[in-house]
Amino acid sequence: MSRVLPAFVVVPLVVAFILPVFGKKGKVWATLVANMVTISLLALAVACVGKTGIYEVGNWSSRVGIVLVLDGLASLMLLAVNVVAAAAMLFSVRYMEQYTAKPKYLSLFLLMVAGMNGVVITGDIFNLYVFLEIASIASYALVGFGCEHEELEASFKYMVLGSVASSLILLGIALVYGNTGALNMAYTARAIQGSGVNAGLAFAMSLFIAGFGLKAALVPFHAWLPDAHPSAPAPISAMLSGVLIKALGVYALSRLIFNVFGVSIPVGWVLIALGVLSMVVGVFLAVGQWDFKRLLAYHSISQMGYVVLGIGLGALILAKGGNPLWASLAILGGLFHLVNHAVFKSLLFLTSGSVEMATGTRQLKQMGGLVERMPYTRAACTIASAAIAGVPPFNGFWSKLILVIAAVQAGFFGLAAVTVVVSLVTLLSFLKVQRYVFLGELPEALRNTHETGGSMVTAMLFLASLCLLMSLLVLVPSLRVAVLQPAVDALVEGVNHSIRVANL
Amino acid sequence: MLYALCFLLFMIGLYCAVVKKNLVKIVIGLAIMEYAVNLFLIMLGYRVGGTAPIIGRGDVATGVDRLAARFVNNAVDPLPQALVLTSIVISLGSLALLISICIRIYDRYGTFDITEIRRLKG
Repeated sequence: MSRVLPAFVVVPLVVAFILPVFGKKGKVWATLVANMVTISLLALAVACVGKTGIYEVGNWSSRVGIVLVLDGLASLMLLAVNVVAAAAMLFSVRYMEQYTAKPKYLSLFLLMVAGMNGVVITGDIFNLYVFLEIASIASYALVGFGCEHEELEASFKYMVLGSVASSLILLGIALVYGNTGALNMAYTARAIQGSGVNAGLAFAMSLFIAGFGLKAALVPFHAWLPDAHPSAPAPISAMLSGVLIKALGVYALSRLIFNVFGVSIPVGWVLIALGVLSMVVGVFLAVGQWDFKRLLAYHSISQMGYVVLGIGLGALILAKGGNPLWASLAILGGLFHLVNHAVFKSLLFLTSGSVEMATGTRQLKQMGGLVERMPYTRAACTIASAAIAGVPPFNGFWSKLILVIAAVQAGFFGLAAVTVVVSLVTLLSFLKVQRYVFLGELPEALRNTHETGGSMVTAMLFLASLCLLMSLLVLVPSLRVAVLQPAVDALVEGVNHSIRVANL
Repeated sequence: MLYALCFLLFMIGLYCAVVKKNLVKIVIGLAIMEYAVNLFLIMLGYRVGGTAPIIGRGDVATGVDRLAARFVNNAVDPLPQALVLTSIVISLGSLALLISICIRIYDRYGTFDITEIRRLKG
């Protein structure tokens, strides 16, 4: 299976450079090719579930060359990235007709997918940086794609903070190389295991937390997200909020913490603090918003807090030598919430794009009564709202439940209480969305709105059905063992995991 | 000592990117940060009196053991140089995009002053 690993990067990368050649007349073909790429990548990601393997790029041995690694966590992330990419690409077929230069858009979209897939499967720290930059630069350009005042301003702000984050990460990588003499994650992990974490490596760790925290928009570093995510075209908002902040931020950070540096008590506390801050600050900033997409963007910050809280709780329990069962339960909650959030938040952004396209506005106060005009969008939005607020039987309920159980079992009653309260505030905020967008009086100006067409509805219904079906991932034991458990085990096993997978 | 100076350069870049009000000066600050990191990477591989990590045809005549010993003792680490090349190319790409967005912003707003470019809030 590891032989197909390069395809996750090579195929979108190559097609991305071919697409702009199509020009204006070949728009239909370009769209078709781009959709075929994302759908085949999704099929490939499904085929990779439960497999492990290593691919040595160019047949260089892992001592000197770059390796691509497929393990439980990587295959889970590949699944999340490519599901959202396929849905967003399908949504773009019709949505992006409003913009000019569609082939360029598709090309940037595929570059972003290539970068994210690369970040997920690489086993080399510097290579991680390269793919991270590919995905980031494509996303900067996509945020500013509309080239209007707000978009350019948001893109510049995002780019400045993103470049600072990249510099911090590269400095951290340089420090790791200086201290261990290796860039391959498994060799680095073995060197760190042998020498322990000295001052230089501890400094590198703090640089990584700041750098990847900026990419993940955790609360002290969140300033760019509420501007950047709403300014992008809706399918790109779905990609950014749905998977980019996770693949580039939380995934990369937890990979380095668990599998390279090894967990420690201070790092566990830092993650928990960042998680709780993001959860609370994000949700309270979201409640007061009247711009549909801006409200969703603030909720992204808040929901990322849940993911980081779960992972940090797991790290803390492991570092303290507590019961590994509760550690793996906390990490399961975090990772499951990560994939759930990828699905329901991208669905919410797609519905907001559908509403914006139909009504021409994002202001909640100018909408209302769309329930009869846009029944499919309404159904999708209601399902996603229920999922993000943690209403059973949707997927968001189960991941939050697991997080609460893990927090209680590990003795952190305060954290469990915060989790529940934030969830209730989220519910309040999404009741507001339902009330102002879909219920109430239909304003005179919106008499002629109608449901948006085929590909957009298909993409939304696909993600909405996933919101319901993904509950099975945790409820059916065989599915849990096949999909989620290997990802959890990869993190719980810690430093030894990367060494074992690399056969050192 | 040199590392500390390198870190100082990094902090100057960060200061410039955070404090300055002019878009172009912010971009210059980011570029300084990237140069500082590149310099740091190069210094990791630096060696006083080092030679290039290349074995020429003439060197083989000196005997394999002595050659290997000399190589290990004198050759500089080539890897950071490869990394710096990659990172220069990447920063070139992001710098080009940054500058082109600056130009677009100037077209729209007619100013480079970030205190006047504030349509997004909340």
